[in-house]
Amino acid sequence: MLQGGSHPLIDRHRASALAQLKAEGLPSRKVERYKYTDVRAMLEPDFGLNFSRLPLRFDPRSLYRCKVPGLGSTLHYVVGDMVEHKTGGQQDGSFFVGSMTEFAKRSPELFSTYYNKVGGDSLAALNTMLVQDGLVIWIGKGHKADNLIQVVNLSVGSVPMMANRRQLIIMEEGAEASILCCNHSSTAQPHLATEVVEAFLGEGSHLQYYQIEDSAEASSLLGTANFVQQGASRLDYASVTLSGGTSRRTVNVSLEGVGADLVMSGLVIADGSQHTDNNLLVTHCAPGCHSDMLYKYILDGSSTGAFAGKVMVRPGAQQTDSQQTNANLCVSPQAHMYTQPMLEIYADDVKCNHGSTVGQMYEAALFYMAQRGIGPDEGRLLLQQAFAWDVVLRIGLLPLRQRLMSMVEERFRRGTSLCGDCAMCQTPNS
Amino acid sequence: MLEIKNLHATVEGKEILKGINLTVKPGEIHVLMGPNGSGKSTLSNVLVGNPQYTVTEGSVTFRGKDLLQMPAEDRSHEGLFMSFQQPVEIPGVSMNNFMRAALNAKRKYQGLPPIGGGDFLKLVKEKRELVGLDASLTRRGVNEGFSGGEKKRNEIFQMAMLEPVLTILDETDSGLDVDALRIVAEGFNRLRTENTSAICITHYRRMLDYIKPDIVHVMLAGRIVRTGGPDLAYRIEEEGFDWLK
Repeated sequence: MLQGGSHPLIDRHRASALAQLKAEGLPSRKVERYKYTDVRAMLEPDFGLNFSRLPLRFDPRSLYRCKVPGLGSTLHYVVGDMVEHKTGGQQDGSFFVGSMTEFAKRSPELFSTYYNKVGGDSLAALNTMLVQDGLVIWIGKGHKADNLIQVVNLSVGSVPMMANRRQLIIMEEGAEASILCCNHSSTAQPHLATEVVEAFLGEGSHLQYYQIEDSAEASSLLGTANFVQQGASRLDYASVTLSGGTSRRTVNVSLEGVGADLVMSGLVIADGSQHTDNNLLVTHCAPGCHSDMLYKYILDGSSTGAFAGKVMVRPGAQQTDSQQTNANLCVSPQAHMYTQPMLEIYADDVKCNHGSTVGQMYEAALFYMAQRGIGPDEGRLLLQQAFAWDVVLRIGLLPLRQRLMSMVEERFRRGTSLCGDCAMCQTPNS
Repeated sequence: MLEIKNLHATVEGKEILKGINLTVKPGEIHVLMGPNGSGKSTLSNVLVGNPQYTVTEGSVTFRGKDLLQMPAEDRSHEGLFMSFQQPVEIPGVSMNNFMRAALNAKRKYQGLPPIGGGDFLKLVKEKRELVGLDASLTRRGVNEGFSGGEKKRNEIFQMAMLEPVLTILDETDSGLDVDALRIVAEGFNRLRTENTSAICITHYRRMLDYIKPDIVHVMLAGRIVRTGGPDLAYRIEEEGFDWLK
């Protein structure tokens, strides 16, 4: 049934993925990297899977617009793991955005070269074993994609469902593109998404890759993203969690060419019993690379956050310039943050620093504001916004940055992050 | 305007104020002097509702209302303003956003609609020029990276924006050089009207060269032990506080 709805070039990786999964097993909390997230519990519900590729019963475009004002964008919908073909894979000789199945048919050699090239741990193998389709974004040599490529990942349905999403991004030499992934779910039923993103940045290419998680509390995510950067390439990566249930993201970036540049940002806003775990690894393999990581968490209610960020400087990666900061604000006494910044250096001419802080609301500032007439609710809002701003300000696209600022404000003000433009956002968590 | 009767207050369980009586009428400028630890700053913090201080006895009436029953923000809306001894830095919250939130909170309390963007910026410019605050500072985070003098000038700018009826200057002169003190004091004087009052806490007479007080009080060990005219400040400058003990 799995192979009936899938391309053979995808199918041929299943057996080895299954073997890896059998050999390694699913990670338990005894494994250091998974200490704070109970992956096995996330996989416990009796999820349904749409292996028979039942067609969509609705047109996602009529419900979910999610446009960013002032920014030309092309929208691509992925419902569960099914790429919505009505928008069409936009294609000419210079770029392709569409389903993996279609791309594998058109360019089998290219697909085979990159698909599942990096792999990952047993959770990535689980995705490889089950995935039937996904999205490919290929930007040809020297091509500059004018429009923002916006991918809307939807999770819908009235029964517990599991979706296995996949993205393959290939940036040829000198290519430029901006990708925004909006993950939405609006179901009270448990929905689990496994996700693997593989991105290859060729020499001198520039990718802006942004993810916004705005999902219901019943949803959960197990994500693995692997970015491989060649010389003088630049990656701007940001992950913004406005709401979600339980999520665990592993992001690995490998700086393999001389002078590669990485700016990595994360913002987590959580309350209730939400749990967000980011496990990051940046590997400096070549000389003269730069990486700058800033992750911030704002935790309210009894939410929990976990951050493990490791910068690895391999032998020979001289003149590495790396900084890593994780700052966290526990708004309520019940919120918990676990943070672990790490540096491992095997070169002797490098500039690396890292740091982490966990703090509470700044009472002196709240009183100062109260003396000026700003009550505690508004004061807290201003402080939380201020804490979040410097992450949002790192997002390169101004209209997106402005939209995110208003969504973050709305999130703090009302507890939701309505972008106000689509039916789903107007009826959150319904 | 302000009537304090037999005010007692503690901080961290220790009694600091031990029966303060003070009446401030419209248009008056009062000066509070006293050695360190005498309770001057405690009094100002109690008046503006700092939650770290606990009132154990006494009453405070401000413009006919029970001040001690109001949350700190309502005391501000009613027209009470404190220029902080050590203004707090709030990185990331721009002065403009901060001031607009403060102004709109006050307008909401008064039943007025929020101020329009254009009107707000015009008001900022007008008040900024009144107190000589550099334009770039209102675009930065609240007090973020401001020098000592800029912080104090920023306090007077906020006072100008909020137009209080009673201002407490809590050691506004501390940490200021002569020129900065003059600029801050002149800014304060420009904002005075016959209906506005002030309580000025200071260790030094030099502040009083610019801000002419009507009444001078001396605090010792949580009580006002002597009240007089401006001459009292000059005598303390020359003789210290020992003669009052």
